[in-house]
Formats: sequence, structure tokens, C-alpha cells
Amino acid sequence: MTGAAVSQPVEQQERSVGLWGDALRRMRGSPAAIIGGAIIIFFVLMAIFAPFIAPYDPTRGDLGSSYLPPSGEHFFGTNVQGQDVFSRIIFGSRLTLGIAVMSVTIGVTVGSVLGALAGYFRGWIDATIMRGVDIMLSIPGLLLAIAVVSWLGRGAVQIAIAIAIVNVPIFARILRGSLLALRDADYVIAAKSVGVGGPALLLRHMLPNAIGPLIVQATLALATAVVDAAALGFLGLGPPDPRTPEWGAMLSDTYRYLTDAVHLAFFPGIAIVLAVLGFNLLGDGMREALDPKLRR
Amino acid sequence: MTKFIIRRLLLLIPILLGLTLLIFVFTRLLPGDPATTILGERATAENMALVRESLGLDRPLHEQYFQYMGGLLQGDLGRSFITNRDVVDDFLQRFPATIELSLAAIIFAIAAGIPLGVYTAKRRGTWVDAGGTILSLIGISIPIFFLGLMLKWIFAIQFPILPDSGRIDLVNYFIPRVTNFMTVDALIAGEPGGFIDALRHLVLPALALGTIPLAVIMRITRASVIDVLNEDYVRTAHAKGLRDRTVDGRHILRNALLPVVTVIGLQTGLLLGGAILTETIFTWGGVGRWIYDAVTARDYQIIQSGVLMLALIFVLVNLIVDISYAFLNPRIRHS
Repeated sequence: MTGAAVSQPVEQQERSVGLWGDALRRMRGSPAAIIGGAIIIFFVLMAIFAPFIAPYDPTRGDLGSSYLPPSGEHFFGTNVQGQDVFSRIIFGSRLTLGIAVMSVTIGVTVGSVLGALAGYFRGWIDATIMRGVDIMLSIPGLLLAIAVVSWLGRGAVQIAIAIAIVNVPIFARILRGSLLALRDADYVIAAKSVGVGGPALLLRHMLPNAIGPLIVQATLALATAVVDAAALGFLGLGPPDPRTPEWGAMLSDTYRYLTDAVHLAFFPGIAIVLAVLGFNLLGDGMREALDPKLRR
Repeated sequence: MTKFIIRRLLLLIPILLGLTLLIFVFTRLLPGDPATTILGERATAENMALVRESLGLDRPLHEQYFQYMGGLLQGDLGRSFITNRDVVDDFLQRFPATIELSLAAIIFAIAAGIPLGVYTAKRRGTWVDAGGTILSLIGISIPIFFLGLMLKWIFAIQFPILPDSGRIDLVNYFIPRVTNFMTVDALIAGEPGGFIDALRHLVLPALALGTIPLAVIMRITRASVIDVLNEDYVRTAHAKGLRDRTVDGRHILRNALLPVVTVIGLQTGLLLGGAILTETIFTWGGVGRWIYDAVTARDYQIIQSGVLMLALIFVLVNLIVDISYAFLNPRIRHS
């Protein structure tokens, strides 16, 4: 009696390990996901504890000590204004991660709504939305972001919106694709046949099964968001106040001083590469964990 | 097949129409206008009004749009509001530079990416494969502008073996512009030295622009070849005694390259965006930087027509990709 009573919940627990539990377990076995996750956690901690880690005020310049090479005093050297590059990179992680997360959140939300509308209703709604998506996708993404920032302004939120707009059509297309593939799935037909319809069918039965590819894409989009934000900064469309530390803006203009001060380009660049690599590794690991086709 | 192509071509019409409207609205949303660029911020209101009137910017927006569209349908892309130069002339002068660079980049990416992908796929699970996978992930993660700067520092400053900017050494070579493809023009001018110099100028920008597509093509080729390696028909081909090279070429590559073709099309579109950054770093007089400068100067006419041309090329490239895809894959061809 007691034996049976104990074993039953255990059995249930095992059965209730759904897609997410399963995916998490697989991710723990994936070196890519672990390394990527570690890099991202490293940067998140850096952003949170920036004031405690950074040895100098990132905005304070000292013209007497500009262009110093890396040393024990200034780990990554100093820039034109004599600001400490190491401290600026640490504080810069806040803006970069903030913009990336904000832009992907906006992009996923708007893109999912559009994709769900298109994939669920079909007909003219689908046609209109997807033609809009085609139009957006035919403009080079960076150019679109440049145009939006020139229109809205160069604040962090505006930059995030600009990058989000580039991502919206991608998310819309992915979710629509997954929903279309699910329309003829047995359990969807079964749910329909017992009278589930409208929002309940979409939200309860279809979305949870279509969301995997979206989450993978969102992680990878964080990587491109970091690059896009840095590219805007590099082109001079970063934060309007030049004292604000931003990784891409730190690289801007450095091509004029490459001969004498390569450290000005090198260290912020490495920070960008590491953050992007982290999100890419994590996204890759997630894809393998979530996609049944890739399982061995 | 013909029906497929015609349907796809017809689909282009609403896309291009929507695009012109979208870009038009966008230019008008930008704060400031060409009059501000021409006269500066401190101009008097009367002068501003005069310039706006002469540019036709005082007329209602829908009239401006229809006028623009009218010109467009007659093949007239208009004149720059600021330099008054014909947009088509400017475009044709700069576009070959962007194409030359993009072509060099994509050729490099394909030539290195596909063999590397096949090579690592056939050694799946070994350290060669692991190393290749890590390298390709790093390749995807390096922003173009950072890679460009580092390439410039290594190969033009530390070890000055390659030129760091421009398209040709203007001091030693005078090349009359015919096609605006520098390499082609040098050959037309009968300057083999100039041709080699133009090629040398292409190396660093093409490496910077081509590395991400290279890594993407390598990854997709690897994944695709691994898929095909497990197919029954590959085992059959080996079992019936075909040589490895025959199996590689006829059975594996031909099937594995389908997804690669799609990715190459998508990457070509990304190249046009990446060109803005590469052209900035390497002072490459191409179309990317030209449009970027037009956005800054609010030169509506250049933005409208320039972006439209870029988008048209992107759409056409992907149409060609889709058609070749259908051509390679009978299942799409016959559906």
C-alpha cells in the first residue's frame, strides 16, 4: 500500500516533465548553451554591479592623461578625453544589454501579434500582413534602423525601437509559419472537434506548441540587437551625449587613431564580440534542445 | 515553372508600390528637411519658404508623392535636392563600387564556406569539426566594423602589405571611368598594374564584408551535408561501389546545396546593409555610404530612389534564388 502510494506521484512527476523541463535538461548537457549562458550571466552581473567594479567614473575625463596605453593604472588605457576605457566598457554593458532586451521584447511582442493574426485568420488579413512583412524585409535592416533613429531621435528607447522594427517582420514570419504547420496537427483538429475555438484554440493549444522556434530566434535576435546597436553607435547615431559610455560609439572614429592607439578599438570590440558570441551560443544550444529533429 | 515565375513577378508589384509609399512617408517623417541642409539652421523663415517652394516641398504631400511616382513610372528618379545632380547618374557611378565589393565578398564566402562546411561535416565529431564549429560561431559574432578595423590595423599598419582605403592608387594610376567597376576599367584602359592594384584594394574590405556570410554558409553547408550523409541513397551509392568522389559530387553535394542556395540569397541582401559600414571604414565610394549621407542631409530624392533601387535588387536576387531553388528541387517545381 505505502509503496504504491509513494510511487504514484513520482510516476506523475516524470510524466509531467514537458517540453520545457526536457529542454532545460538537454540544455544542461549542451556545452554551447552552458558557455553562452555563462558569458551572458557574466555581462549581466557586470551591468548590475558596474559602480562597484569600475575603478573610475566612466564619464570623467582628464585631458592631461589622454591616449594612455593599457597599464596597471588604466587596464584598457584611456581615450581622447582621458576617460578610463575599462570603466567605460563596464558601464557600457548597461546600455547595450538594456537596448538589446528592450528591442527584442518589443520585436517579439509586435511580431508575434502580427504573426498570430496572419497565421490564425488567414485570408486577406494574412495577405496584407505578409505583404507588409515582405516590404519591410526588402529594405536592408541597418538602413531601416538608421532611418528610424534619424526620425525618432537617439535615446536608448528610440534606438531599441529602431532595432525592434527590423526584427518585427522576422518574428511575424516565424510564428505564422509554425502556426500554419500546426493547423492540421491531430490535437488541433481534436480540440476543434470538441468545440474549442477562437482565442482558446490559439492561446491554449497552438501557441504553446509554436513558441519554441520563436524563443530560439529571440535569443539569436539579442545577438544581432547588440551588433545593430553598436553599428548605430559606430556610425555616430548612438546616445546624443558623448559622455555616455556605449560600446559601438567607443569604436567610432578610432580608425583615425589606429596607428597610435589601437587599444581604443580593440577592447570595446572584444566586449561586443563576447556578448554577441554569448547570445549566439545560447541560441544555438536552445535550438538543439528545443528542436526534436536535431535530437540524436 | 513559367507560371511560378510569372506569379512571383506579379507579387513584386504590390511590394514595390508599398515600398515607394513607405519610403516616401519615412523621408517626410524625418525632422528637418532639405531646405534646412541647404540654408543652415539660422536661415530666415522667408528664405526657407522660398527654397521649399522651389523644391516643390510646399505642395500637399499626396501631390508630391504622385509627382514622384509619375517620374518613377517614366524612369525618372529625380534630382538630388541638394546637389541638383541626377540621382540615376550618381547611383550608376557608385553602385558598381558596391557591387564589386559585394561580389568579391560573396565569392570569397562561397569559395571558402562550402568546402569548409563539407570538410567539417565529413569529420563530424572530431576535433577538426569542433574547432571549425567554434571558429564559425566566432565569425558570425564579429561585427563588420570591428573586423574591418582589426584587419586594417594588422595588414595595413602593423604589416603594411595591403592598402587601407580607397579603390585604387590614384597617384600612380589614372583609369578612365567606363563601367565604374575599377577592376574592369583598369583592364579596359590596358593597365595590368592598375588591375592588380584594384584587386589589392579589394582584399581587406571583401574579407571584412565576407566573413559573416562565410561563417553562415559554412554552418548551413555542414548541417545540410550531415543530413544527406545519413540518407539511404548515399549508403546505396557507396554500396554499389561508386568512387568517393562520385558520391560526394553527384549524391551528396547536389542534394546538400539546396538550403545553401537560399542562404546565399539572404546573405546577399545583408551585404547591401553591411556595405554602409565597410564603405565607411575603407572610404569606399559606394552606394551604402551615399544613402547614409543622404539620410543625414535629408536629401529626400536620393533616399527615396536609392533605397528603392537597393530594395529592388534585394527582391530580384531573392526571386532568382527562389527560381533556381524551384529549378533544383522538383518537389517545388511541380507543386
